[in-house]
Amino acid sequence: MLFNEVMFYVFGVMAVVSAILVVTRRNAVQSAIFLVTALLATAGIFLNLNAEFLFIVQVILYAGGIMVLFVFVIMLVNLDVALHQVQFNRQWFVALIISAVLAAQVVAAIAVSRHTLYTLAPAAPETLEPNTERVAFYLFHTYMLPFELASILLLVAMVGAVVMAKKRV
Amino acid sequence: MVPIGHYVFLSVALLAIGIVGVVTRRNVIIILMSIELILNAVNINLVAFSRLVGSVEGQIFAIFIITDAAAEAAVGLGIIIAFFRNRETVLADEMDILKW
Repeated sequence: MLFNEVMFYVFGVMAVVSAILVVTRRNAVQSAIFLVTALLATAGIFLNLNAEFLFIVQVILYAGGIMVLFVFVIMLVNLDVALHQVQFNRQWFVALIISAVLAAQVVAAIAVSRHTLYTLAPAAPETLEPNTERVAFYLFHTYMLPFELASILLLVAMVGAVVMAKKRV
Repeated sequence: MVPIGHYVFLSVALLAIGIVGVVTRRNVIIILMSIELILNAVNINLVAFSRLVGSVEGQIFAIFIITDAAAEAAVGLGIIIAFFRNRETVLADEMDILKW
């Protein structure tokens, strides 16, 4: 049980530090590499939460698929000029205030509900096992229609991306 | 088990960092990466509460969010390539036209 908690804090610190580095690095390639670290740390947190199927989906689809897409676009887009220009826009002060207000709101919400958040006992881990089987049951039984709609969404996105990136429309 | 509040705090931290990235950066590719961070924060929340309740349905929502993230990344990067081909820039400040 202690191992579980230690792993949560290790992965959590890893995710937060890599996320900060993603938004502060000057070079987009470095940002992409740190985004991979953040996504893999999130995958570790999923494993910590007994979500094995989602863990492997995160590793294959996010860290494998989407990140390859990002790195390809970074290579296609010539960033040498942009690298020497100002990286943050002029509204950063407004942005800081907005983020601070948002953070204050969320912290207040957590403070109000802290009794529930810190004392609620989690369900037994056996209720999530066997994980892949249960996910498949809900996906193909209760959430069949959203699943089909997601496939249409992916088709539309695929056609849209191909049309958008074509040389001559 | 780690109390659920710590998962919520981690999720809020990632969300705030992602919002700062979206609002302050000029490079559109990094803005898209920050959006991915925000979607990840939501996923952590959903999976944590799915573990708390003992039902797998939160993980189903997380799968749908990952699907959305993939579609959004594909279309967004296609737009970036098309824009870069025409205007030779990836900075959000300079994307101030509706047609060319």
